[in-house]
Amino acid sequence: MSEHLPILIVVVPLSAALVVPLLGRRSSTAAHAVTLATLAATLVAASVALTRVLRTADGVWQYELGGWAPPWGIEYVLDPLSGGMSVLVASLALAAAIYAGPYLRTSGPDRIGLFDSLYLLLVAGLLGIVATGDLFNLYVFLEISSIAAYALLATGGDRAAVATFRYLLVGTVAASCYLLGIGYLYALTGTLNMTDLSARLAAADQPTATAVGVGLIVIGLAIKAAVFPFHGWLPDAYTYAPPPVTGFVAAVMTKVSAYALYRVLYFVLGAEPAAASALVFLGWAGVAAIVAGSWLALAQSDVRRMLAYSSVGQMGYIIFGFSLGSPIAIVGALFHVLNHALMKGCLFLVTGGIRWRTGLSSVAGFAGVGRRLPLSATAFAVAAVSMVGLPPTAGFFSKWYLLLGAFEAEAWLGVAALVGSSWLSAIYFFRVLERLFLGADESRPAPERRDLPFGMLAPALVLALVVLLLGLFHQPVVTHLLERALPPTVS
Amino acid sequence: MIDSLDASTVQYLQAAALLLVGLYGIIARSHLLRKLMAMNILQVAVIVFFIALSTKFGATVPVVPAAATAGPIDPAAYVNPLPHALMLTAIVVSVSTTGVALALLIRIRRRFGTLNEPALLDRLRE
Amino acid sequence: MDLAARPLAAVLVSLLAATLLPLAGRRPALREAITFAAAGLKLALVASMLPAVLDGQAIESARLPLAAGLTLGFRADALGLLFALTASSLWLLTSLYSVGYLRAAAVPRQTAYYVSFAVCLSATVGIAFAANLLTFFVCYEVLTLATYPLVVHAQTAEARSAGRRYLVYTLGAGQVLLVAIVWTESVAPGADFTPGGFLAGRAEAGVLAAAFALFIVGCGVKAAIMPLHGWLPAAMVAPTPVSALLHAVAVVKAGAFGVVRIVGYVFGVDVLRATGADTVLIVAAAATILIASMRALGEDHLKRLLAYSTIGQLSYIVLGAALGSVAALTGAMFHIAGHGFMKITMFFCAGALHTQAHRDGVHGFDGLGRQMPVTMTAFAVGACGLAGVPLLAGFIAKWNLGVGALTAGDEIIVGVLVVSGLLNAAYFFPIIYDAFFKAPTTETADAREAPWPMALPLGVTAAVALVLGVAPSVGFRFFALARLAAESVVAGSGGLP
Repeated sequence: MSEHLPILIVVVPLSAALVVPLLGRRSSTAAHAVTLATLAATLVAASVALTRVLRTADGVWQYELGGWAPPWGIEYVLDPLSGGMSVLVASLALAAAIYAGPYLRTSGPDRIGLFDSLYLLLVAGLLGIVATGDLFNLYVFLEISSIAAYALLATGGDRAAVATFRYLLVGTVAASCYLLGIGYLYALTGTLNMTDLSARLAAADQPTATAVGVGLIVIGLAIKAAVFPFHGWLPDAYTYAPPPVTGFVAAVMTKVSAYALYRVLYFVLGAEPAAASALVFLGWAGVAAIVAGSWLALAQSDVRRMLAYSSVGQMGYIIFGFSLGSPIAIVGALFHVLNHALMKGCLFLVTGGIRWRTGLSSVAGFAGVGRRLPLSATAFAVAAVSMVGLPPTAGFFSKWYLLLGAFEAEAWLGVAALVGSSWLSAIYFFRVLERLFLGADESRPAPERRDLPFGMLAPALVLALVVLLLGLFHQPVVTHLLERALPPTVS
Repeated sequence: MIDSLDASTVQYLQAAALLLVGLYGIIARSHLLRKLMAMNILQVAVIVFFIALSTKFGATVPVVPAAATAGPIDPAAYVNPLPHALMLTAIVVSVSTTGVALALLIRIRRRFGTLNEPALLDRLRE
Repeated sequence: MDLAARPLAAVLVSLLAATLLPLAGRRPALREAITFAAAGLKLALVASMLPAVLDGQAIESARLPLAAGLTLGFRADALGLLFALTASSLWLLTSLYSVGYLRAAAVPRQTAYYVSFAVCLSATVGIAFAANLLTFFVCYEVLTLATYPLVVHAQTAEARSAGRRYLVYTLGAGQVLLVAIVWTESVAPGADFTPGGFLAGRAEAGVLAAAFALFIVGCGVKAAIMPLHGWLPAAMVAPTPVSALLHAVAVVKAGAFGVVRIVGYVFGVDVLRATGADTVLIVAAAATILIASMRALGEDHLKRLLAYSTIGQLSYIVLGAALGSVAALTGAMFHIAGHGFMKITMFFCAGALHTQAHRDGVHGFDGLGRQMPVTMTAFAVGACGLAGVPLLAGFIAKWNLGVGALTAGDEIIVGVLVVSGLLNAAYFFPIIYDAFFKAPTTETADAREAPWPMALPLGVTAAVALVLGVAPSVGFRFFALARLAAESVVAGSGGLP
C-alpha cells in the first residue's frame, strides 16, 4: 500500500468526492464525517510520503502510474518541494473543512453532501497539480480544481455568481494559454514528461518557438496565480464566496499556481534563456504587485476585499522572491508561500466567522467586535501582525529572507517596495485591529460575549499558533525542507 | 506562395484565427452568453492547434493491423495518436466548464433579469 | 542555575508570567503575586550575573539557530547588564507602585495591563542582552507591539489617536531599522555585537554613512531625537506607571541604548569619525537638548513637561555616544541608569499628585510640600538630579560628558550642558518653590500623602538617585559597568583614550 502513496493522496479525495453526495442524501452528518476522515487520511498519507522522501538521499520519489514507465506513462514525482506543498494543501484543506462543519449546518444542511463533494474535488485537483510530473496532467488537474472552485465560490450568493462567471472566463483563457504553451513544447520535443522535456528541449534548439511556448505557459499560470496585472478576477471572487471556501481557496489556490510556475520555470525550463526572460518580467510584475496590492488594500472599506487585495500584494512577495533566483531569495519566497497560506487562511476564516456571527464585514462594522469574539479577534491579530511582517511571527522571517535576497541582488526597487508595503499594510491592518479591540461604544451596554463555536474557532486558533511558533522555530522547516526544494541550477 | 500552404499550415492559421476571434469576443461582447460562446471558440482553437500537430501527409489512423506487427513499424505511416487523446480530455474539460458557466448564467438571469453586462453592473450597484 | 542559561532565563521569566497572568483571571491578589514573583526573580537573575560580568566576562546563552547561518541569542555584557539591571530593578518598584496606583485611580482591565507590562519587560531585557542585530530587532519590535495596548489603555478617543501616532512613528522607524540591519547582514553575515564595531573596512565611507543614517532614524524615534520625538508627549495619555517605566525607562532607553550599541558595537567610534557622521549626530543631540528644554518651559501639563525633559535627557546619552571617548561613553552609559532612576521618581510623583491632589498641571502646588512631604521631597531630589546638581546621579553623567567634550575639543558642548541644566532648573524649581514655600490653598489643603505602595517606590528611587550621585559604584555598580563597557568599546576601535 505504502508504495502507492504518491497517487493515493490524489485518488483518496477523488473517490470520496464520488461517494459523499450519495451519502449526503441519507445523512449530512455522515457525509461530513466521511469528508473529514478522508481529508485526515490524505493529510496522513501526504505526511508519511514527505517523511519518506526526506529520508532518502536524493530526495525524489518517482511513481509510475499504472506501471507505464515514463516518458510514455504519466509520472508522479514527490520531492521535498511537491511533498511539502501537498502537506500544506492537505492540512489547510482539513482545517477549512472542520471550520465548514458548523457553518454548513446553519446555512443549508441539505447541501452538505454536494458542497463536500466539490470541496474534495478541489482538494484532489490541487494535490494532483502538486504531485504530477507531467505537463498535460497538470493541465487536467488545474481545470479539475478550477471547475470545482468556480462551483464552490458561486455558492456565496448572487453577487458571487457574477464574480465567479468573470473568474471562469479569465480562468479558462488562462488554462487555454497554458495548454497552447504545452502544445508548442510538445511539438518541439515530442514529450510531456517534465524531466524528459527538460532534457530534450536543449537538443531541439528552437529558441523562438520555445520562447512562445514558455511565454504562453507563464501568462496562463500567472493569471491563475493572480500575479499583477493579471489579478482582476481575484478581489470579487474572494469577497463574495462563503467563508470556508475563501479560507481555503485564498490560502492555497494561488499558491499552488505559483508552485506550478516555479516548478516549470526552474525545474523544467531551468536552462532556457526564455525562462530567464520570463523571470525578469515576473520580477517587475512582482514589485508592481507588492506596491499596487498594498495600495489598493488601503482603499477598501470591506475587510474581505481588503484581505483579497493584500493577497495580490503578498503574491508579489512570492513572485519577486522567485525572480531573484538566489538561494536565500527562493527560500524566502517558498517560506512565504507557507506563511501566507497559514496567515491568510486564518484571517479569512476569522473574518468569515465574524460576518457569520454578526453580519458585519466592513472595517467600520468591526468596531468593538473584539469584545464579543475575543479569541477569534486574537487569532486575527496574530495573523495580521504576521502579514505586516513584524517579529516574532513567521511573516517577519520570510520578509527578512526576501529582503536579504533583494540586498544580495542589489534590487533596490524591490527593497523599497517591500518596506513601503510593510508600512501600508501596517496602516490597513492596525486600522482594523484598533476598531476590533478599541472601537466599542462605551455609552451603550456591552453586547454579550459569544465567540464562534469550537469547530470554527479551533482551526483559526491553531493556524494563528502555528504562525507564532513558526516564527522562532522555523529552522528545521528551512533546512530540511525548503533548502532541499531549491532547483538544481540554483543550489 | 499557395504551393507552400500544406494542410497543417492551414490548420495552424485556422487555429490562430479562432483564437483571435475567441479573445475578441470575450473582451468586446457585452452579453455574457456571447462571452461564453467566445470562450468556447477559444478552446476550440487550442484543440485545432493540437490536432494540427499530429497531422502527417500520407499517414493513416494509428491502428496497426495484426499482420503488420511482425516487421518493423514505420512511424511515418501513422498519425500521432497522443494529441488526439489529449484533446479528448480537453474537450471534456471544455464541456464541464461550459456546464458550470451555463448554470451560473441561469442563476444570474433569474436574480438580475439580464445577462447584458452594462445592465447587470447597474443592478449590482443598486 | 547554570551561569550560561541566566541571560535567556532573565528574558523568559516575565514572558512566563505573561502567560500565567490571564489564568489568574479576576483574582487581583494572585495577579499581583505572579507579577512580584516574576519581577523579583528577574532582578535576582540579572543581578546574579554582576560579579562575572565585572570580571570582564560576557555570559552567553545557547543560541536559537535560524536558516542561512543566522541565530537568535542572548549575551550579557557590561553595557547590556547595566540596562537590564536598571530595567528589572525599576520593574519591581513599578509593580509595587502600579498596585497602589491602579487601585487608587480605579483603572479597568488590569489583567491586560499586567500582561502587556510583563511582555514589555521581556522585550526590554531582550534588547539589553541581544547578542546580534537580528535579536535586537526582534525584541525591539516586540516592545513596540506590547507597548501599544498600554498607550491606548484608556480606550478614549485621545488615547486611540495617541496610539495611532505612536504606531506610525515606531513601526515606520522599525522598517527603516530593518533595512539598515538587513544591509549590515549582507555585508557582514552572522556578525555579533563586538566592542569597537565590526563594520570597519566592509564598505565605502559614503555607504557606511548612509547606513548609519538609517540606523539613527530607526533608533532615533524611540530615543526621541528631534525631529523624531512627536510620539512621546502624545503617549503620555497612558496610565502613569506606564509613562514612568516605559516612557522614562524601557522604550526610550531602548532607543538610546540602541544608539550606543550601534555606535560602539556595530560601527565603532573610528569608523564614524572617518565618515563624519559623528559631527551630524553631535549637532542633532545638542540641538535636541536645548530645544526640548525650551519646549518644556512652555508646557503646563506636568506629564508632558516630563516628556520633553526626557527628550532632552535622552540626547545626553546620544551625545555621549557620538563624542566617543571613554569619559563621554561612560557618562552616556551611566546616564541610562541615572536618568532612569531620576525620571521614574518624577513620574511616580506625578502619578501620586494625580491620584492624591488631582493635579495634572504645573500650577497650584501651593503648600503640597507639607501635605505630601515624601512625594514632594522625592520630586525635589529628582528635579535637582535632572538639572545636574552635584551629589546627585545626573551630575556624574554631565561631568563625564563635559570631560569627554573637552577631550574632543568641543568646548561648545560644555556650554550646551550648562545652559540645559539652567533650563531644567527653570522649569522644575517654580513647582518646588510653590510646594514648599507657599501656604496651602483650599484646593490643596485636603490632599493626603500617597498610600505606602506608591510612596515607598518613589522614596526608594529618589534615594537611589542620591546614592548614585555620591557613590556611583556601590550596590549594582552602575558606574563600574559603564566604565568597563566604555573602555572595551574604545579599546576595540582603537580610538581616543
